Amino acid sequence: MITKQKRPKFLNLLRIHLPVTGVNSFAHRVSGALLFLSVPLLIYSFSLSVRDAASFEQLLALFVTPLFKVISTLLAWAAGHHLLAGIRFLLTELDIGTSLTSAKKASWFINIAGVVVFLYVGYCIWL
Amino acid sequence: MSWRAQGMRTWLLQRLSAIYMLLYGIGFAIYVFNYDVVDFASWQALFVPPVANIATLIFFFSILYHAWVGVRDILIDYVKWSPLRFVLWTLVTALLIALGIWVTMILYSVVTV
Repeated sequence: MITKQKRPKFLNLLRIHLPVTGVNSFAHRVSGALLFLSVPLLIYSFSLSVRDAASFEQLLALFVTPLFKVISTLLAWAAGHHLLAGIRFLLTELDIGTSLTSAKKASWFINIAGVVVFLYVGYCIWL
Repeated sequence: MSWRAQGMRTWLLQRLSAIYMLLYGIGFAIYVFNYDVVDFASWQALFVPPVANIATLIFFFSILYHAWVGVRDILIDYVKWSPLRFVLWTLVTALLIALGIWVTMILYSVVTV
Protein backbone atom coordinates (compact mmCIF):
# COMPACT_ATOMS: atom_id res chain seq x y z
CA MET A 1 0.00 0.00 0.00
CA ILE A 2 1.26 3.42 -0.90
CA THR A 3 1.18 5.93 1.88
CA LYS A 4 1.49 9.55 1.01
CA GLN A 5 4.00 11.07 3.30
CA LYS A 6 3.55 14.70 4.11
CA ARG A 7 6.73 16.44 3.20
CA PRO A 8 7.67 19.68 4.82
CA LYS A 9 7.10 22.54 2.40
CA PHE A 10 8.56 25.85 3.41
CA LEU A 11 10.23 28.59 1.49
CA ASN A 12 12.10 30.20 4.35
CA LEU A 13 15.39 30.93 2.68
CA LEU A 14 17.21 30.72 6.01
CA ARG A 15 15.92 27.19 6.59
CA ILE A 16 16.45 25.82 3.10
CA HIS A 17 19.94 24.48 2.95
CA LEU A 18 20.87 24.34 -0.70
CA PRO A 19 23.93 22.13 -1.24
CA VAL A 20 26.98 23.74 -2.81
CA THR A 21 26.27 22.03 -6.12
CA GLY A 22 22.78 23.56 -6.00
CA VAL A 23 24.23 27.02 -5.38
CA ASN A 24 26.56 26.42 -8.33
CA SER A 25 23.68 25.43 -10.57
CA PHE A 26 21.32 28.19 -9.47
CA ALA A 27 24.04 30.83 -9.85
CA HIS A 28 24.56 29.54 -13.39
CA ARG A 29 20.93 30.33 -14.05
CA VAL A 30 21.03 33.76 -12.40
CA SER A 31 24.21 34.69 -14.25
CA GLY A 32 22.66 33.46 -17.50
CA ALA A 33 19.64 35.68 -16.96
CA LEU A 34 21.93 38.66 -16.30
CA LEU A 35 23.93 37.90 -19.43
CA PHE A 36 20.72 37.67 -21.46
CA LEU A 37 19.65 41.10 -20.21
CA SER A 38 23.06 42.52 -21.15
CA VAL A 39 22.99 41.37 -24.79
CA PRO A 40 21.34 44.57 -26.14
CA LEU A 41 23.93 46.62 -24.24
CA LEU A 42 26.73 44.47 -25.62
CA ILE A 43 25.55 44.91 -29.20
CA TYR A 44 24.97 48.63 -28.68
CA SER A 45 28.51 48.99 -27.32
CA PHE A 46 29.88 47.01 -30.24
CA SER A 47 28.02 49.22 -32.73
CA LEU A 48 29.50 52.37 -31.15
CA SER A 49 32.98 50.84 -31.12
CA VAL A 50 33.12 50.16 -34.87
CA ARG A 51 31.02 53.03 -36.28
CA ASP A 52 33.45 55.96 -36.32
CA ALA A 53 36.11 57.64 -34.21
CA ALA A 54 33.63 59.94 -32.46
CA SER A 55 31.36 57.04 -31.41
CA PHE A 56 34.41 55.13 -30.24
CA GLU A 57 35.39 58.03 -27.97
CA GLN A 58 31.78 58.29 -26.82
CA LEU A 59 31.86 54.63 -25.81
CA LEU A 60 35.12 55.07 -23.90
CA ALA A 61 33.54 58.00 -22.05
CA LEU A 62 30.49 55.82 -21.29
CA PHE A 63 32.69 53.07 -19.86
CA VAL A 64 33.99 55.30 -17.07
CA THR A 65 30.54 56.35 -15.83
CA PRO A 66 29.59 54.78 -12.46
CA LEU A 67 26.51 53.02 -13.88
CA PHE A 68 28.55 51.34 -16.59
CA LYS A 69 31.19 50.37 -14.06
CA VAL A 70 28.61 48.73 -11.81
CA ILE A 71 27.14 46.85 -14.77
CA SER A 72 30.57 45.73 -16.01
CA THR A 73 31.59 44.48 -12.58
CA LEU A 74 28.36 42.46 -12.23
CA LEU A 75 28.75 41.10 -15.74
CA ALA A 76 32.32 40.05 -14.97
CA TRP A 77 30.96 37.79 -12.24
CA ALA A 78 28.12 36.58 -14.47
CA ALA A 79 30.41 35.76 -17.39
CA GLY A 80 33.07 34.13 -15.19
CA HIS A 81 30.65 31.98 -13.24
CA HIS A 82 28.52 31.10 -16.25
CA LEU A 83 31.56 30.03 -18.26
CA LEU A 84 33.11 27.88 -15.54
CA ALA A 85 29.86 26.28 -14.38
CA GLY A 86 28.92 25.71 -18.01
CA ILE A 87 32.16 23.81 -18.58
CA ARG A 88 31.41 21.75 -15.46
CA PHE A 89 27.96 20.82 -16.78
CA LEU A 90 29.38 19.85 -20.16
CA LEU A 91 31.94 17.61 -18.43
CA THR A 92 29.17 16.16 -16.25
CA GLU A 93 27.31 15.20 -19.41
CA LEU A 94 30.44 13.36 -20.53
CA ASP A 95 30.41 11.53 -17.18
CA ILE A 96 33.44 13.43 -15.94
CA GLY A 97 33.41 14.59 -12.33
CA THR A 98 30.06 13.08 -11.46
CA SER A 99 30.97 11.58 -8.11
CA LEU A 100 29.61 13.52 -5.15
CA THR A 101 33.01 14.51 -3.80
CA SER A 102 34.36 15.80 -7.11
CA ALA A 103 31.09 17.57 -7.94
CA LYS A 104 31.23 19.30 -4.56
CA LYS A 105 34.88 20.23 -4.95
CA ALA A 106 34.36 21.62 -8.45
CA SER A 107 31.29 23.55 -7.30
CA TRP A 108 33.16 25.13 -4.41
CA PHE A 109 36.02 26.03 -6.72
CA ILE A 110 33.74 27.59 -9.35
CA ASN A 111 31.58 29.50 -6.86
CA ILE A 112 34.67 31.01 -5.30
CA ALA A 113 36.38 31.60 -8.66
CA GLY A 114 33.34 33.59 -9.81
CA VAL A 115 33.65 35.83 -6.75
CA VAL A 116 37.42 36.16 -7.31
CA VAL A 117 36.78 37.29 -10.91
CA PHE A 118 34.19 39.75 -9.57
CA LEU A 119 36.63 41.18 -7.02
CA TYR A 120 39.54 41.31 -9.44
CA VAL A 121 37.59 43.05 -12.22
CA GLY A 122 36.03 45.33 -9.61
CA TYR A 123 39.51 46.18 -8.36
CA CYS A 124 40.73 46.91 -11.91
CA ILE A 125 37.69 49.01 -12.80
CA TRP A 126 37.23 50.98 -9.60
CA LEU A 127 40.73 51.43 -8.22
CA MET B 1 6.73 25.81 -25.71
CA SER B 2 6.78 26.19 -29.41
CA TRP B 3 8.88 27.92 -32.08
CA ARG B 4 10.69 24.58 -32.49
CA ALA B 5 12.95 25.24 -29.51
CA GLN B 6 12.68 21.70 -28.27
CA GLY B 7 14.24 18.29 -28.42
CA MET B 8 17.65 16.91 -29.14
CA ARG B 9 18.60 19.41 -31.83
CA THR B 10 18.05 22.38 -29.53
CA TRP B 11 19.89 20.68 -26.68
CA LEU B 12 22.86 19.98 -28.95
CA LEU B 13 22.92 23.44 -30.54
CA GLN B 14 22.90 25.06 -27.12
CA ARG B 15 26.05 23.15 -26.26
CA LEU B 16 27.69 23.69 -29.64
CA SER B 17 27.03 27.44 -29.41
CA ALA B 18 28.63 27.41 -25.95
CA ILE B 19 31.73 25.67 -27.26
CA TYR B 20 31.91 28.04 -30.22
CA MET B 21 31.74 31.09 -27.91
CA LEU B 22 34.57 29.67 -25.82
CA LEU B 23 36.76 28.97 -28.88
CA TYR B 24 35.96 32.36 -30.38
CA GLY B 25 36.85 34.04 -27.09
CA ILE B 26 40.25 32.33 -26.99
CA GLY B 27 40.87 32.97 -30.69
CA PHE B 28 39.83 36.61 -30.44
CA ALA B 29 42.08 37.21 -27.42
CA ILE B 30 45.06 35.81 -29.36
CA TYR B 31 44.05 37.86 -32.43
CA VAL B 32 43.84 41.10 -30.41
CA PHE B 33 47.19 40.48 -28.70
CA ASN B 34 48.87 40.03 -32.07
CA TYR B 35 47.76 43.45 -33.28
CA ASP B 36 48.44 46.76 -31.71
CA VAL B 37 44.94 47.93 -30.82
CA VAL B 38 45.38 51.50 -29.65
CA ASP B 39 42.55 53.51 -31.20
CA PHE B 40 39.36 53.37 -33.24
CA ALA B 41 41.04 52.63 -36.58
CA SER B 42 43.09 49.71 -35.28
CA TRP B 43 40.06 48.29 -33.41
CA GLN B 44 37.73 48.56 -36.39
CA ALA B 45 40.37 47.04 -38.70
CA LEU B 46 40.16 43.82 -36.65
CA PHE B 47 36.69 43.13 -38.07
CA VAL B 48 37.44 43.87 -41.72
CA PRO B 49 39.04 40.55 -42.83
CA PRO B 50 36.21 38.25 -44.03
CA VAL B 51 37.18 35.39 -41.70
CA ALA B 52 37.18 37.66 -38.62
CA ASN B 53 33.98 39.37 -39.75
CA ILE B 54 32.07 36.13 -40.26
CA ALA B 55 33.54 34.46 -37.16
CA THR B 56 32.31 37.45 -35.14
CA LEU B 57 28.90 37.26 -36.76
CA ILE B 58 28.65 33.57 -35.84
CA PHE B 59 29.78 34.48 -32.31
CA PHE B 60 26.94 36.97 -31.89
CA PHE B 61 24.45 34.51 -33.33
CA SER B 62 25.74 31.86 -30.91
CA ILE B 63 25.04 34.27 -28.05
CA LEU B 64 21.53 34.93 -29.34
CA TYR B 65 20.71 31.25 -29.87
CA HIS B 66 22.22 30.21 -26.55
CA ALA B 67 20.27 32.94 -24.75
CA TRP B 68 17.10 31.89 -26.56
CA VAL B 69 17.32 28.34 -25.22
CA GLY B 70 18.39 29.52 -21.76
CA VAL B 71 15.42 31.86 -21.47
CA ARG B 72 13.16 29.02 -22.61
CA ASP B 73 14.44 26.89 -19.72
CA ILE B 74 13.80 29.68 -17.22
CA LEU B 75 10.30 30.37 -18.57
CA ILE B 76 9.36 26.68 -18.45
CA ASP B 77 10.39 26.50 -14.80
CA TYR B 78 8.87 29.69 -13.44
CA VAL B 79 5.98 30.74 -15.67
CA LYS B 80 3.37 28.06 -15.12
CA TRP B 81 0.50 29.76 -16.94
CA SER B 82 1.04 28.76 -20.55
CA PRO B 83 -0.63 31.74 -22.31
CA LEU B 84 1.67 34.15 -20.45
CA ARG B 85 4.63 31.89 -21.12
CA PHE B 86 3.82 31.89 -24.81
CA VAL B 87 3.55 35.70 -24.92
CA LEU B 88 6.86 36.15 -23.08
CA TRP B 89 8.52 33.56 -25.28
CA THR B 90 7.26 35.34 -28.39
CA LEU B 91 8.55 38.70 -27.13
CA VAL B 92 11.96 37.21 -26.33
CA THR B 93 12.10 35.55 -29.75
CA ALA B 94 11.20 38.82 -31.50
CA LEU B 95 13.80 40.72 -29.45
CA LEU B 96 16.54 38.23 -30.28
CA ILE B 97 15.67 38.25 -34.00
CA ALA B 98 15.80 42.06 -33.99
CA LEU B 99 19.20 41.95 -32.26
CA GLY B 100 20.39 39.44 -34.84
CA ILE B 101 19.39 41.73 -37.70
CA TRP B 102 21.02 44.69 -35.93
CA VAL B 103 24.34 42.95 -35.37
CA THR B 104 24.35 41.68 -38.97
CA MET B 105 23.92 45.27 -40.17
CA ILE B 106 26.74 46.45 -37.89
CA LEU B 107 29.20 43.84 -39.14
CA TYR B 108 28.12 44.39 -42.75
CA SER B 109 28.70 48.14 -42.37
CA VAL B 110 32.26 47.51 -41.17
CA VAL B 111 33.24 45.89 -44.47
CA THR B 112 31.32 48.28 -46.75
CA VAL B 113 32.50 51.60 -45.27
